[in-house]
Amino acid sequence: MYQYDQYDQAMVDARVEEFRDQCRRRLEGKLTEDQFKPLRLMNGLYLQLHAYMLRVAIPYGTLSGAQMHALADIADKYDKGYAHFTTRQNVQYNWIKLEEAGDILADLANVEMHAIQTSGNCIRNISSDHFAGAAGDERVDPRPYAELLRQWSSFHPEFSYLPRKFKIAVIASDKDRAAMRLHDIGINIVRNDAGELGAAFYVGGGMGRTPMIAPLIRDFVPLDQLVTYSEACLRVYNRHGRRDNKYKARIKILVHEIGAEEYTRQVEEEFAHLLEQGIEPPLAELERIKPYFAAPEFASGLTDRADRSDPDFGLWIDRNCQPHKAPGYVSAVISLKPVGGIPGDASAEQMHLMADLAREYSFDECRVMHTQNIVLPHVEIGRLYELWQKLDAAGLGAPNLDQIGDIIACPGLDYCSLANARSIPVAQKISERFAASGKGEALGELKLKISGCINACGHHHAGHVGILGVDRKGVENYQLLLGGSEAEDVSLAKITGRGFDEAGIIAAVETVADVYLEKRHDGERFLDTYRRIGMDSFKEALYD
Amino acid sequence: MTEKLGTGRDEVQLRFRDDAMPEGSQVTVDAFLEQADAEAVRIEPGDDARALLPHLSRIRLVEVNFPTFGDGRGYSAARVLREHGYTGELRAVGDVLVDQLAYMRRCGFDSFAPEQAFNEADVETALSRWPHVYQPAADAAVPIWDLRHG
Repeated sequence: MYQYDQYDQAMVDARVEEFRDQCRRRLEGKLTEDQFKPLRLMNGLYLQLHAYMLRVAIPYGTLSGAQMHALADIADKYDKGYAHFTTRQNVQYNWIKLEEAGDILADLANVEMHAIQTSGNCIRNISSDHFAGAAGDERVDPRPYAELLRQWSSFHPEFSYLPRKFKIAVIASDKDRAAMRLHDIGINIVRNDAGELGAAFYVGGGMGRTPMIAPLIRDFVPLDQLVTYSEACLRVYNRHGRRDNKYKARIKILVHEIGAEEYTRQVEEEFAHLLEQGIEPPLAELERIKPYFAAPEFASGLTDRADRSDPDFGLWIDRNCQPHKAPGYVSAVISLKPVGGIPGDASAEQMHLMADLAREYSFDECRVMHTQNIVLPHVEIGRLYELWQKLDAAGLGAPNLDQIGDIIACPGLDYCSLANARSIPVAQKISERFAASGKGEALGELKLKISGCINACGHHHAGHVGILGVDRKGVENYQLLLGGSEAEDVSLAKITGRGFDEAGIIAAVETVADVYLEKRHDGERFLDTYRRIGMDSFKEALYD
Repeated sequence: MTEKLGTGRDEVQLRFRDDAMPEGSQVTVDAFLEQADAEAVRIEPGDDARALLPHLSRIRLVEVNFPTFGDGRGYSAARVLREHGYTGELRAVGDVLVDQLAYMRRCGFDSFAPEQAFNEADVETALSRWPHVYQPAADAAVPIWDLRHG
């Protein structure tokens, strides 16, 4: 794992002091809420329906046991004993007092964490593959590149007042587990014909009210030009991104309006200029970062078979464990989606347990997935049973990775001041309904994603089945979408037709599931069947 | 105290230069390009600062207007001018807040005429807050990654 040196620590400490000062000025009335807003937003502090919400950055989703413990302590000390893991691999606290925000940041700084640039119109925390360093299909670990970009983008003087927020994801595999092409910049670390590593840049993806899949604008940026190219991409956006309309301000709109070709031309022009400015970090910095992400000392001669005599355990292995590049290991997913639970929520107690288990079973490391679950990346197969027993006893053993119960949902109208409809109760009811009927079992992989408004924090555009909550003349109404994917087979879901009320949307999801079960060919996932038979069969069942 | 600071849009409160303040008035970018003897120009957010590049040697003052603090185009405009060798005065005017001062300095601004005067103590704090920088910009600060690798 990356560790701060004195420079990183000094910067984070300075930020704590700055924010304490800003909070003090606000509390003393020297700053108006309008003046304070952009400052608190740069520190991840939102004013929500009932309280302040604080979003804490988890760079590339990677956490040590000590950091997870600290997050749990914060949940206990400053919140109501809970935390919420987000679709951008971050963590949020929903019941924060302004008076205590500075203390929380100080507690975070003690474990090399912060809330810098987790909101505001700046470059946000950089996300990555949650199986980085563990997946057999990766070319290299993508996190050193994400870390380099974290440094470059932190306190960036030119790009802190962009037209809109800016999200970057870095992966290094043909498998996309980070929704890379649905980011403002998606970077895939690739090899060229000469076998050298470089970065493929996809720019202008995103969800929100106008979902777009990012086009490839450069298939190979040499690693010693990575920062310079990123800077060029951002500068063209800062210069020309729309500022007249908040809803058209993301880079995807710019790329769409002027065209990927013209955007690329301008980036290349700026890039040529910036290459002369010498802004690139020395390659030695990347080499300094890499060892922090070196593979742990995996044991050899381990068993590659688990005793599956307990059928519940067997099911959990099949569902929640992913192949690992080291023989005798798997990556084990801890589902934060118990039946009827709030997707992505964990109690302080559960977080402490996950921290202990990370230390005991996974080289003191865990990851936050964009699907709002937690991964223990490196677990010995021979020790899985004892791990599972401990998880199961704590309500963390749901065997539902990528199943219909593994729902992504935004906080929705229960917490969020932007939402039009509640997301959490819909997620809870769907998960309960499919668990009770046993139908969830039969469905296999089906990614269900729910957003409580068109801002799409619940990634409904990328759901195999998506649900979008809207406000229809003062009543919560839910639209149904089918056929999205955030993976390497990326696609945007299409709306089925008129919306449903809460009971109706739950029944509609069941109808859609039934059509799939009836029409599927052997081995087909829901998404495959949808792509083969198209929308019409589903529409007929829903509306005729 | 506050009386001394000056609160009008065109009143320069902070200046990090030793040369004499340029006289005369600033013209729009369009007007500047038509007036061969103009020495001071004012950039609005929608203007492309690169239009000035062929004329940098005759410019003594570039004023960059921030009608709202959230419109960050002026940061890129400033840096581009510095990257192309502009050494004259670069002034931020308008809705310029003390919390943006450090970033503006880094992008090459060396004078400030904020609509609402800065508190002097806040200015001092803002400019001494950051021990290091992570990335190069238009100032002389050495990025952390260069400090690490000498």
